[in-house]
Order: sequence, then structure tokens, then C-alpha cells
Amino acid sequence: MQVDHVTGRVEGGPLVDTYVYEAPVRLWHWVTMLCVMALGVTGYLIGAPLPSIGGEAVDSFFFGWIRMIHETSGWVLAIAFLVRIYWAFVGNRSSRALFIVPFWSGKWWAGLFGDIRYYLFLKKHGDLWVGHNPLAQFAMFSMFMLGAVVLILTGFGLFAQQYPWGTTWMNLFGWVTVLLGEPQAVRTVHHVAMYYMLLFALIHTYMVFREDITRGSTVISTMINGIRMFKREPGA
Amino acid sequence: MSDTYYDLMRRQGISRRSFLKFCSLTAASLGLGAGGAEAIAQAMQTKTRTPVIWLHGLECTCCTESFIRSAHPLAKDVVLSMLSLDYDDTLMAAAGHQAEQALEDTIKKYKGNYILAVEGNPPLADDGVYCIPGGKPFVEKLRRVAKDAKAIVSWGSCASWGCVQAAKPNPTQATPVHKVITDKPIIKVPGCPPIAEVMTGVVTYILTFDRLPDLDAQGRPKMFYSQRVHDKCYRRPHFDAGQFVEKFDDAGARMGYCLYKVGCKGPVTYNACSTVRWNEGLSFPIQSGHGCIGCSEDGFWDKGSFYDHLTTIKVPGIAGAEGTADKIGLTVLAAAGAAVAAHAAVTAIKQARSTGRNDKVSEVEK
Ligand code: SF4
Ligand code: SF4
Repeated sequence: MQVDHVTGRVEGGPLVDTYVYEAPVRLWHWVTMLCVMALGVTGYLIGAPLPSIGGEAVDSFFFGWIRMIHETSGWVLAIAFLVRIYWAFVGNRSSRALFIVPFWSGKWWAGLFGDIRYYLFLKKHGDLWVGHNPLAQFAMFSMFMLGAVVLILTGFGLFAQQYPWGTTWMNLFGWVTVLLGEPQAVRTVHHVAMYYMLLFALIHTYMVFREDITRGSTVISTMINGIRMFKREPGA
Repeated sequence: MSDTYYDLMRRQGISRRSFLKFCSLTAASLGLGAGGAEAIAQAMQTKTRTPVIWLHGLECTCCTESFIRSAHPLAKDVVLSMLSLDYDDTLMAAAGHQAEQALEDTIKKYKGNYILAVEGNPPLADDGVYCIPGGKPFVEKLRRVAKDAKAIVSWGSCASWGCVQAAKPNPTQATPVHKVITDKPIIKVPGCPPIAEVMTGVVTYILTFDRLPDLDAQGRPKMFYSQRVHDKCYRRPHFDAGQFVEKFDDAGARMGYCLYKVGCKGPVTYNACSTVRWNEGLSFPIQSGHGCIGCSEDGFWDKGSFYDHLTTIKVPGIAGAEGTADKIGLTVLAAAGAAVAAHAAVTAIKQARSTGRNDKVSEVEK
């Protein structure tokens, strides 16, 4: 099987099942998915709290728990993201796809426009790829990766605001508040970025199911066992 | 003039006992710890007076109104007697040419040694014609007095951030002091107005210790602005419990629940209201049942409703389209969901029409 080493496009030869997503990448993917789900639900509730619960305040820590789950999931997501960055240095080609988009490669751009035409039903067959196709990669990079960076930084910016200026957390992340001008702006950016991430999650979920069901290679099971299996010849 | 503050106070008829009381109250409000009162007393008896020039730009004078209502009456008397000696358009006895003369004299005499306190801000549009004290644009006066000042105190949200006169679209181009004067140490004391005790506390600190208090990354004294209103709010247990006022006349409001859902900006506002409080420590907005409106933060007029804790965002490119992040985000998600459903439907039809599902799979189950 011939594979373009920059884009991962299958260019010919007999198809061979390929190990693309290494264990740390897969583990990171599912941990992140769970975190995003927890963060999305609790985050929305922090912005729009549920109806009040009765009784004495001293007997309840309901909203506190929601924030606790949110902050804990945020920490897990952030640490997993750091580990993921580390893995991009030591892992295989696909492990870097999230961070490095080959904008310099003509083949990549050709693949991107091919993908767009395919998904607009203007082209009958899409290409086969060992890793992400260029459109998917672009979405991973511009929506997931950049969105996650903004969410993590503003998230820690908000986390730090719980502590006084001049203490450790504010010294580390007070710059987020300074950069965006005032504390409420940090919240607004965080909030908008959440919807950006949820938009990604929606499209991503649809796409992986669609790919897996209708196209020539596995997608969902690839994120479980790491192996991309081909069901048919390219261009078929 | 080689008077110390102590001499000055004694001349005003303040007893030594009262003087020491003032020192310990001030030390306590500044959070100075055990030796603080002594240090202040020492400084005030030995250091010569630092003159203060107080200028008024585009503003409503609420800062002065707040200042002269400082809870410790003594503090007010003391600080005012320090200040009014030099120049303050609102509080000084002199007026007209006499007043301007006093300003000139002070600048000349104390060159490089006086503190400039600015209330309000300069409007820069059309050469500053929208604020003309003493026949000249305020911005010119500000620049001239700032040139020889030792340090500048920006009183209130106007001088610190711009406040209402700088709210969008800001027709007079009202501009906070630190964007006009860039070569002097500036200490911001925001709030609309700032709390009286915070103002007198800051002035006393600067005058007695002859140095600026510790500032945070946005230029505010840490001793009063390092924590959010929310962090010391007495309604915080209701916030953590999830007990919120939904409407101003509901049962929750009567029970003193947290005001977050009716727009409280306490979680995003750095100020000392929940600790120092207002009107001689009597109360503060949240205590009287209204959410914090975030008056000490930059651009608090431009964030949308005072009764929604989320910022109102204008959707770029679509005139009149605005809403909170939730409103816009959920709309976008719903649209994307519909698009996904449509795409899935088209895919399913195309798929069914082609030779068979997963065409070219070697073995298809019959
Ligand atoms: S009333 Fe405002 S400041 Fe107080 S706990 Fe609720 S949200 Fe925070
Ligand atoms: S409670 Fe908020 S709005 Fe009210 S004075 Fe304090 S900072 Fe300003």
C-alpha cells in the first residue's frame, strides 16, 4: 500500500490494515470526551442554574458540587491535553495531526477541496486516508484544538479569580483577566468557546458515524483498537 | 512649609487622643497589623506634609460626595484638611482667578513632590472642548499638572476606566487617565463612586508612608481590590447551596437568597463592598436586595442588562442581532443540528440508491 507521508492519503497498492492511533491517543480521546460532556452540562448549569432547592443553605452544597465537578473535569481535561502534547512529540504521524496542519503541502489543499466537494455531494467518491482526511484534520485543529486551548486558558483564568490578586493562582493566570480587560470578559469568552466546542462535538459525532457506516474504512473502532481497517479499494 | 500632619491636625483642634484613634482605625482598615498604628502615628508626627491637587474632569462628582462621607468622621476631617489646603475646585474656598492662582503656586512650589488626584476623565474629541474648566480644555490642565506630579490617583471608574461618559459609542471620546498620562505611577481606585473608606484609606497610606500601596496587575491597591465582592459576600452560602432569587418579589428574595440569577455581578467584580460596606458600614447593594452591577469594573455600562449576569453579545455582521452566549450558542447549535439531520438524510438516500449498502464489501449478508 502506498501512502503519502505528509497527508496520509492512500495512493495505491493492496490495502493493508494500519495501526494509526496509539494507545495514549485513544485513551486521551475518550477521557477528553467524557470531560467535555461533564464540562458542557455543568458549564451550562453554572451559567443558567436550575431552580432553587429548598431547606437551609447549611444543609446543601448543590451548586458547589456542580462547580466542583466542572473544575475537576477541567483539570483532568487540561492535564490530559498536556500529556497529549507530549505524545505529539514522541508518537507517530497521526499523533501530530491535531497540532500540525500541513498548510504548506499542495496535496493537502487538493485533498481538502476534494473532501469539501465530496461532502457537498458534488463528487461521488471520497479518497481514503490512513489518518484524518484534510477536512477532518482542519476541523480538529481549528475547532477542537484551538477551542480547547481557549477554554483551558480562560478556564484557568476564571479558576484563578477565586483567589486574591497576588496569590499563586492569580500570579499564574491573572494575565488572562488582564489580557481580556476585565473578569466578566473572561467568562464571556469561555462561554462562547463552549458553544464552539459543542458545535465541534456535534459535527464530529455525526461525521464519525457517517464515515463508519458509509465509507470504505473503519473510524469508530479505530479509536477503540487503533487499527484502520479498509473495506474496499480506493476510488471504488 | 514644614508642617507635619500632626501639627496641622492639632491646629485644627484635634486632640492627641483623637489623633491616635485615627491612626489605629486607619491602620486597621488598611490591614496593617500590629505595628501599623504606631507606624502611622510616627510618620504623621515626623514627615512633612505632601500636598495634594485634586482635579475634576468629565464626571458627576459622586467620588467627592462619597469621599466627604467617610465613616470615620475624623478621617474625613484630617484628610480634607490636608487636601483643601492646596487645590480642589469643588471643595476649596477660593474661586475664579484666585483658585487658578493657587493651582499655579502649588505646582511651582512643590514641583515633583505633590500628589495629583483626578476625578473624572478628559474627553479627547474635537480638541477636548467637551470639558472646559477655567476656560481651557481639561486634557491640557491634566497634562500640565501631571507633568510635575509625583504620582497620580485615579478616583473612581471615570478616571480609572472611563465609566458612563466612555460608554459606547462614546461621542466625546472620554478617555481614562492612564491612557493620556503614561509616564507617571498611577493608582486606580475604581467604583462608581469608590467606597469612602477605601478613598480615605488610600490617601492616608500614600501621604503617611510616602509611597504607593501595593497594586494588582490592573493598577488597583491590593488591600481593597484583591478580592471579588462574591468572595466575601454574606449570601455566598446560598450561592453554594443553589438557592437563588428568581424574581425580586419571590419567596427566595424574602429569604435573602443569592442574587446571581437576577444579574448579580459580584463574581466578576473586584471591590471591597462586601467587607467595608457603605454608609458607615451600614449596608451595601446586595444586602439591600439588589445584585452588584459591577460598577468598579471596566466597561460596566456596555455589558448589557444589569439584571443578567451574562454579557449581551452583538452578533457581528447581522444588524440588531444580539443576545447572551446561551441564546446565540443554542441557536447556532440548533441550526447545526438541522443541517446535520439534512445531510444525514441526503446521505441515506444516496446510499440506498447505490448498488447496495457498503458497496464493494466482499460479502453482503442476504
Ligand atoms: S449575591 Fe452576588 S456576590 Fe453574593 S453570593 Fe450571590 S452572586 Fe455572589
Ligand atoms: S456592590 Fe458592586 S455595583 Fe455596588 S457599589 Fe459595590 S462594586 Fe459597585
